[in-house]
Amino acid sequence: MIIQSSLKSFGNYCIFIGRVFTLPDRWREFFRRYVNEIVKLGIDSIPLVIVISIFIGAVCTIQMYLNTSSPLMPRYAVGLATREIILLEFSSSILCLILAGKVGSNIASEIGTMRVTEQIDALEIMGVNSANFLVLPKVMAMVTFINVLVIFSMFTSLWGGYMVCAVTGLVPVSTYVYGIQTQFISWYVWYALIKSLFFAFVVSSVASYFGYYVKGGALEVGKASTNSVVTSSIVILLLDVILTNLMLQ
Amino acid sequence: MIEVRHINKSFDDKQILHDISATFYDGKTNLIIGQSGSGKTVLMKSIVGLVTPEEGEILYDGRDIMKMNLRDRKMIRKEIGMLFQGSALFDSETVLGNVMFPLKMFSDMTPAEQLERAHFCIERVNLKGADDKYPSEISGGMQKRVAIARAIALNPKYLFCDEPNSGLDPKTSILIDELLSDITREYNITTIINTHDMNSVLGIGENIIFVNKGHNGWTGTKDDIFDSDNQALNDFVFATDLFQRVKQYVKSTRAK
Repeated sequence: MIIQSSLKSFGNYCIFIGRVFTLPDRWREFFRRYVNEIVKLGIDSIPLVIVISIFIGAVCTIQMYLNTSSPLMPRYAVGLATREIILLEFSSSILCLILAGKVGSNIASEIGTMRVTEQIDALEIMGVNSANFLVLPKVMAMVTFINVLVIFSMFTSLWGGYMVCAVTGLVPVSTYVYGIQTQFISWYVWYALIKSLFFAFVVSSVASYFGYYVKGGALEVGKASTNSVVTSSIVILLLDVILTNLMLQ
Repeated sequence: MIEVRHINKSFDDKQILHDISATFYDGKTNLIIGQSGSGKTVLMKSIVGLVTPEEGEILYDGRDIMKMNLRDRKMIRKEIGMLFQGSALFDSETVLGNVMFPLKMFSDMTPAEQLERAHFCIERVNLKGADDKYPSEISGGMQKRVAIARAIALNPKYLFCDEPNSGLDPKTSILIDELLSDITREYNITTIINTHDMNSVLGIGENIIFVNKGHNGWTGTKDDIFDSDNQALNDFVFATDLFQRVKQYVKSTRAK
């Protein structure tokens, strides 16, 4: 039963994506909305990304210090391990899980409210492809801007670790900096950036799908918002496993 | 003119519309009335194309919307304006932005011409000076007027209004009714209004279709309604004590 309903939802999602990815009726209007969405979904998320990244970077550094407190481990391992965690998982997967909460719920509730207040019906009556008009700018904005957020997150996380070293003196700052530079594999950065593109697509499109098909009133909009966060989080984790297997083996 | 012929519509196993036929005329305010749950909203949504009936024909000046492909349907929608029950204004746009929206999306006008047309429509619904306000900053009656301005921006041939007076006080309701009636006559639009407001029925009902349990229960004008023997219609229209007295008064005046 669950498999059947999941397959049905996936089929509906595919049809929905088919409607979203058509040529816009008016390119000028599309670009106007695209820029607005970059500001709303991307630029407005920068403060959250910075705050979370600084703290996670700091915590990672402390954790690494505590877990590598052995005479057999060089001190620079703290910086090296922190860097690997940040590049491989935090700044891509975990950041996108956080964005699934912030951006995903925002998208689902916005589109869901438009559905229950008949704004989407109004677009359809006018002859506008509402799925394309409302969703394409959001998906494109997220996919094109996510890498800016990921790069911001990488730098600020490492800076968080640096600040912990500078303030507490757990590890000498020069040793930490040496650690984050040593044995650097540039592919890991590309790996994080490529993964994030898939996650950004999932966050924006799944949230839009749940919002677009809301039926009922305010209560259902809230449910759609929650369901979109839960579903996109699960899909992100599933994709993380698949992409890691494909890209790091 | 819009003609509806033998429309049947079911949801799951429940039949909502039973073989409904009706004609809606140019330059007249055509009213669909009926109790809640009678099927009048489904009928309007079927005519507009938001719901697809199982059987029947819906002819827009002879063009059957049910037989049209997606492209033709999109074209005919540019000839349609619709006023929703909750106004359905775009929250993120100002009054001017809402009225400009259909012009930006579908007209070949220059930006200056679009602005001029939008201002004309806003002034036509007596909303001058509210251009920069957002829907949340204006009253329900003003929202309805913005929605009317948006609906007429592209000079539609057909105007649909779903319960335009819902949530409005009687005085504002009369203003909205008069505005719709004036616009209909002025631009020779086929206006279809879905309502259960008896003031509207008796005020602007030039062609009334009474939907009763999914059937076309009665057709006539606001003047015919006082002489009708249709029990369901009388029970619905003259449900209140006030309207029963009005009916008696009108009948006695006519007898004299």
